[in-house]
Amino acid sequence: MEGTIVKSVDYNAYFGDNHVVKNVNIDIPRNNVIAVMGPSGCGKTTFLRGINRMHELIPGATSKGKILLNNEDVFDMHPIFVRLKIGMVFQRPNPFPNLSIYDNVIAGYKLNGIKLPKAEKDKIVEHSLTRVALWNEVKDSLTKKGSFLSGGQQQRLCIARAVAMEPEVLLFDEPTSALDPISTSTVEELFHELKKNYTLIIVTHNMQQAARVSDKTAFFYMGELVEYDETKQMFTNPTDIRTQNYITGRFS
Amino acid sequence: MDTSLNNDLITRPDSMLGRVISSAKLRDAVKGIKRIKRSHRQIRTENVFKKTLVIVALSTIVLVLGIMVTLAWQSTLSIKASGLGYLWGKVWDPVQDIFGAYPFILGTLLTSFLALIISIPFSFAVGIFLGEYFPNGLASNFLKNTVELIAAVPSVIYGFWGLAVLVPIVRSFETAIGVTPVGLGIFTSSLILAIMIIPYAASLARSMIQMVPSNLKEAAYSLGATRWEVIRSVILPYTKSGLFAGILLSLGRALGETMAVTMVIGNTSLIPKNIFSPGNTMASIIANEFTEADHPVYLSALIELGLVLFLVTVVINMLGRRIIKQFTQD
Amino acid sequence: MDVHIKYRIGKSGVFQVVVAVLAFACVVPLMFILFYILKAGITKINWNFLTNLPKPVGETGGGIANALIGTIMLVLTASAFAIPVGILCGIYLSENRKSKLAYWSRLCIDILQGVPSIVIGIVAYFWLVKPLGAFSALSGSAALAIMMLPTIVSSTEETLKLLPDTLREAAFALGMPFHRVILKVIIPCGFSGILSGVMLAVARVSGETAPLLFTAFGNPYLSTNILKPMQSLPLLIFNYATSPYNDWHDLAWGASCILLIWVLLLNIFTKLVTRKWKVQL
Repeated sequence: MEGTIVKSVDYNAYFGDNHVVKNVNIDIPRNNVIAVMGPSGCGKTTFLRGINRMHELIPGATSKGKILLNNEDVFDMHPIFVRLKIGMVFQRPNPFPNLSIYDNVIAGYKLNGIKLPKAEKDKIVEHSLTRVALWNEVKDSLTKKGSFLSGGQQQRLCIARAVAMEPEVLLFDEPTSALDPISTSTVEELFHELKKNYTLIIVTHNMQQAARVSDKTAFFYMGELVEYDETKQMFTNPTDIRTQNYITGRFS
Repeated sequence: MDTSLNNDLITRPDSMLGRVISSAKLRDAVKGIKRIKRSHRQIRTENVFKKTLVIVALSTIVLVLGIMVTLAWQSTLSIKASGLGYLWGKVWDPVQDIFGAYPFILGTLLTSFLALIISIPFSFAVGIFLGEYFPNGLASNFLKNTVELIAAVPSVIYGFWGLAVLVPIVRSFETAIGVTPVGLGIFTSSLILAIMIIPYAASLARSMIQMVPSNLKEAAYSLGATRWEVIRSVILPYTKSGLFAGILLSLGRALGETMAVTMVIGNTSLIPKNIFSPGNTMASIIANEFTEADHPVYLSALIELGLVLFLVTVVINMLGRRIIKQFTQD
Repeated sequence: MDVHIKYRIGKSGVFQVVVAVLAFACVVPLMFILFYILKAGITKINWNFLTNLPKPVGETGGGIANALIGTIMLVLTASAFAIPVGILCGIYLSENRKSKLAYWSRLCIDILQGVPSIVIGIVAYFWLVKPLGAFSALSGSAALAIMMLPTIVSSTEETLKLLPDTLREAAFALGMPFHRVILKVIIPCGFSGILSGVMLAVARVSGETAPLLFTAFGNPYLSTNILKPMQSLPLLIFNYATSPYNDWHDLAWGASCILLIWVLLLNIFTKLVTRKWKVQL
């Protein structure tokens, strides 16, 4: 199980003429939590969306370079295949408003046109909701619409939806920035649980969060990967002056 | 001490300085009066303006009520003569004074729904194309503007074109499939109506589809959905009430359309046997016979048709608008 | 799994092609109609066509001068009623968004928008033709004016609603009375939106036939008396198109061509106005 799962080689991303991610090379080890931090507009979210090829959905967005998943370039695979292996959770909780909680969890299977027997679906729903510590809260209201849940619950539902597809990697795009502190800590606790089975890449502009939850941290600045190291090392003894400035709050 | 002296100097009329100042005072006073007068005038104009606005707003209500009352009042003769049976009376014979609206109600429903069935795939395709696949770009702009122009062409021109071009085509088609080749009829009217109502559902579908939050679409993509699956499972369910409203607005337009239909439907008061038969719609019979209606019951029967048409289109349009309002407020 | 994914990708591609084909199929009939009308009509148009009156069947060289003048008069008279009333009503609706009167007035405008044009014709007949005892251009104009109202009202309301409240407040803070705020500040700022609404309304009623059938009625001679029947382009097209004579069909093609060009020009011009002014604001 050890080893590199995602690796980017000279990855560049553009919005039209705007060069937003510049020559990023990074190795992401399996079953780790990687925090990606940096000031807003530094390209961290674009990089994250590049990993599962969500970046190219935006009109005018292009990219160059390689992103290897298990040593296979994602750009040689069909995006659908990539996205089945690399799940994603977004900044704002986005459960499908027309679906029940139950249907939201297995939405991936429905969308992909995979027909499962009822018993197996039940199993997946229970398993996924248990993984995100939501099962006990919603097990009696599975038929209710997902939009009735609180923000934190909705976000965990979205994580369950991603987890249900059994991906290898989970991407989180500032997953707690729209949540209250209590919900945030619930989600953060989840990361420790989830990393047993998945590799998590979390974009955050919250340094404390990066320090709390991650094994390794990447610091992006102006589209470049400035520094990438063990989180402890990074926060105690950064090598680059820009990293030092950032974590000491000299620019935001 | 000093100030009292000054005051004395100013107020004493015989002092030179006082005289100068008092004339300035007078000027000021006159100015003040003028200003007050002006602001009084302003206030009066303001009130008149506000009242005018209220009267104008009221007049729109009076206008619509007036339309309803006129239609209802002028229909009473026919309502008294034929009662509710008017609606399903199968014979329309002005000479015998028998007035049954069924052939026209059937004709209206047939043409409108047939037109709807033909046009919906096209208008939703336009909506999806412009709303989801290509919101911008040269081809999309061209498509968007052209579809909008469809609504701009006067209906009498559609009718004339239909007479000159579509009728012969339909006639040879009818010969080919072995139906009496008339050319004029329900089917031809539906074809023309179908073209005419495309823009209504299309532009509404486009704006509704563009309102689907991108984070929902992204959620589906991130789970590995294809574009078609995103459209089917996220966009269409999310917009279904809006799309339904688009269908309603198209239907409302089709029901009330007069000229194009009148010119190609063949104008007969018999019940259409099939979709190729000639017939009449409620609107086209009014257009054809209103000026010929030579006795009061006949005229009143035609107006009753107008009343029915009015009520049906108003209900359909209001329903459509209500749905759109709800959708856009969410 | 792989076969399944390929199948789904293929399905998605097929659907996209189907949508594109269906969408662009809508363009075909319109292009066909435009092309056909222009081709059939443009050769009929010349100076005589524009200045002569229609000739009886069998004589060539007739024109549509009466219909041209009639249409212009009908639309101008209708505009004279509808534009001020429509704009004032739009102002009321945008200034009193929450009032009961605004609610009902808006509802009535919505209703009016959906009323079939033939029904407006019936009503105008009973309001103006019957009491005056004759078909008249005035009654036709009234019917057209009613048809113009909803477009003008809603475009005015929508435009004014979009203006920021700060604009209004800034004007009021200078001590300007209400009517001056509206007429000197609000209306000029929303001018392009209102103008485009007016032009669309004009374009719409220029081609209206149904409400004129029993109001303006049509007139084979030139008439400028608004209390007498009057010819208009769409009426002429309807009457001559459904006649059995080829000479009259030719007149109708020419008239269709002119009407079409006029309506399309108005629509394109409206687009340009909204686009150009939006950039400036």
